[in-house]
Amino acid sequence: MVYAQQTMEMQPRKKHILAALVENKPGVLNRVASLFRRRNFNVDSLTVGRTHRPYMSRMTIAVDATRGDANRIRQNLYKLINVIDVAVISNEPHVSRDLALIKVRSDDADSRNQLTELCERYPARIVDIGPKVAIVEITAQEDIVESLIAALEPIGIVEMVRTGVVAMGRGIRILDSDYEPMLPSAANGNAVSIV
Amino acid sequence: MAMLTGAEIIWECILREGVNLVFGYPGGAILPTYDALSKYPQMHHVLVRHEQGAAHMADGYARATGKVGVAIATSGPGATNLVTGIATAMLDSTPLVCITGQVPRSVIGSDAFQEIDVTGITLPITKHNYLVTDAAELAYTIKEAFFIARTGRPGPVLVDVPKDVQNQKVEFEYPEGEIRLPGYLPPMTTSDDLVASALELINKAERPIILAGHGVMMSGAVAELRELAERAGIPVALTLLGKGAMPEEHPLTLGMMGMHGTAAANHAIQQSDVLIALGMRFDDRVTGNIKTYSPDSKKIHIDIDPSELNKNIRVDVGIAGDIHSVLKQILPGVKPTQHGAWLNQIRDWQEDTDERDIIKRDTGETLYGAQVINDLWRFTDGKAVTVTDVGQHQMLSAQYYAHQRPATMITSGGLGTMGFGLPGAIGAKLGKPEEEVWSISGDGGFQMTMCELATAVQENAAVKIAIINNGFLGMVRQWQELFHGRRYNETVMFSPDFCKVAEAYGIPSRRVTTRAEIEEAIAWARSIEGPTLLEFVVEKEEMVYPMVPAGADLHAMLRRPKPGEAEEAK
Ligand SMILES: Cc1ncc(C[n+]2csc(CCOP(=O)(O)OP(=O)(O)O)c2C)c(N)n1
Repeated sequence: MVYAQQTMEMQPRKKHILAALVENKPGVLNRVASLFRRRNFNVDSLTVGRTHRPYMSRMTIAVDATRGDANRIRQNLYKLINVIDVAVISNEPHVSRDLALIKVRSDDADSRNQLTELCERYPARIVDIGPKVAIVEITAQEDIVESLIAALEPIGIVEMVRTGVVAMGRGIRILDSDYEPMLPSAANGNAVSIV
Repeated sequence: MAMLTGAEIIWECILREGVNLVFGYPGGAILPTYDALSKYPQMHHVLVRHEQGAAHMADGYARATGKVGVAIATSGPGATNLVTGIATAMLDSTPLVCITGQVPRSVIGSDAFQEIDVTGITLPITKHNYLVTDAAELAYTIKEAFFIARTGRPGPVLVDVPKDVQNQKVEFEYPEGEIRLPGYLPPMTTSDDLVASALELINKAERPIILAGHGVMMSGAVAELRELAERAGIPVALTLLGKGAMPEEHPLTLGMMGMHGTAAANHAIQQSDVLIALGMRFDDRVTGNIKTYSPDSKKIHIDIDPSELNKNIRVDVGIAGDIHSVLKQILPGVKPTQHGAWLNQIRDWQEDTDERDIIKRDTGETLYGAQVINDLWRFTDGKAVTVTDVGQHQMLSAQYYAHQRPATMITSGGLGTMGFGLPGAIGAKLGKPEEEVWSISGDGGFQMTMCELATAVQENAAVKIAIINNGFLGMVRQWQELFHGRRYNETVMFSPDFCKVAEAYGIPSRRVTTRAEIEEAIAWARSIEGPTLLEFVVEKEEMVYPMVPAGADLHAMLRRPKPGEAEEAK
């Protein structure tokens, strides 16, 4: 007999973006984080924030994975009781944004000129400037953020923070749920933090 | 509306789930709940000797009865003692609800006496868990916990209740109506397209095989499985937890698959052209090397849990659904077929196995564990519920006890928890008093939870206990023999005189050292009303064959040599 079977690992890895609607309850972020650790999935970024519904939050999770893995992540997320719905946003046309605050050296005319120039070329702006350092803010697709960071590198980055990717399907691809919780505490979303 | 305390609500809600038998151990943080127990005389509480025993008993009870098992413990050490039992239930998908006491709300997070973050600890080993912070939410939460535990792919759910919430008085109204959990339950049935794809493969197969797991029994698909196998002439291999899904004496049943599966099952899997996996999850103990697993087959996988599809083995037709419902959809399209040549090939493998079988040999004065299990099967007419521990005796029980009915092989498969056997058997017996329940353990695992002998006596749980004493941690010794040059580091084990231990608990016992004594000893044990214990002193270096070494190809089994052949392993 000849034994040859394609194994799961042979699919190419790439960046996938998943979005999960979750109940706005204590411990939910912990459950999701625990799932990723336990199943050995590598998270690039994970963001969470409120939605227009008080008892529902939305997470955006960027992973470096094969298509099969992204699907497994979706199914495993779905198994969590507090997860209302999940979609692999990156499988379809979508808009994605990452926000970065980058503190850069600005202690001479040359660096300041460069910063102004870069902020014209990129969807970025200077939000704070002093005699020593300036803060550049950019909100853009992740690769554009990366490109700006590379361009700022020679000037001298001294501090940086990023939100991680958030994403939404284009057009009528809508990820929403009219779910309403049974218990009063869960409905009272403002009083309960997600962590 | 009645005003009830949180503690009373806990009991009210458990009773309304149809559960009137729970397993637990009291302590400070759960005391209000124990205090309220006297108001519920219809509730029977089994006092265990260690909380791990409570979880295993609830688990054994659940597996034997199909109902949700309930375990109760106090905060801190009580809760952490449950952990192994919860993990055992998680990996074998048994429905459990664990209720733990917690320190009062006002001191949560202050490292108060016996405070432990039990929802944090059990997060990855429960299907879901809750910390209830208001007695007004207790009833709904417990109802939801039971619902989650028993529906979909069952599993353990933990509800942590602070002491002051147990004392809190609130208006109690049982939440009638359905539990609504968006995105929780996968569809039961499947699409016509997937049914057609499955049928296309099944009807054209030349060398088909069915792999039946625990899920077949949990979804109540035993009759449908048999109909599929018989109509299409397909042999059935069973997972360890799938034992009982198909009567083992049925001519189409090949017995267990995998590491210690039958040679016929493993060869048939490797050479099949269509593999139909039902309610099983391609565990590594079942597949061996996944790169060479059943290489020429098209694979159909039906499971209630979508995340199991394509997890370990890439399949051609993956169906997420309830096996009972999906088989009902598939069956009308299955053509009556016979696979004569394929079944003949399988017979040849089985005959080869017969020649190697230790049961057929005269071993003189030496008693073998395999003989004990085989005789136990014979002298109980194959009708007992066997609850095993973990190790060689477990694999021998899978190999030599031919289970005919669902829920008659109860064993820790996924986690492989030593110490499960005795408490698991007590739980099963208390849940199914009309069944003959045998607890089968090794000398090692038995000592992990033998404190529960006292529970068996106190509850007069008439479990028949068989200890297969080989003086070793046998299964580990087997690995040391095969893969570590027979260096038996830390597997030689001193044990107490098990008959004297039994005597100390007031349990009648006998020691058996030869094959000739087995029949009489078993008859004696069966004739006694309460719990009894038999110690079988067996060959120290017995081997469980066949064996697929971990990670090896499934067909690359180490076999017991035929008579006259040299032993291959030593
Ligand atoms: C709690 C736990 N610890 C360790 C192991 C590893 N282990 C698996 S089988 C085995 C030996 C079991 O010996 P015994 O109970 O005497 O049974 P036998 O194999 O001899 O039948 C051990 C130590 C385990 N499965 N569970």
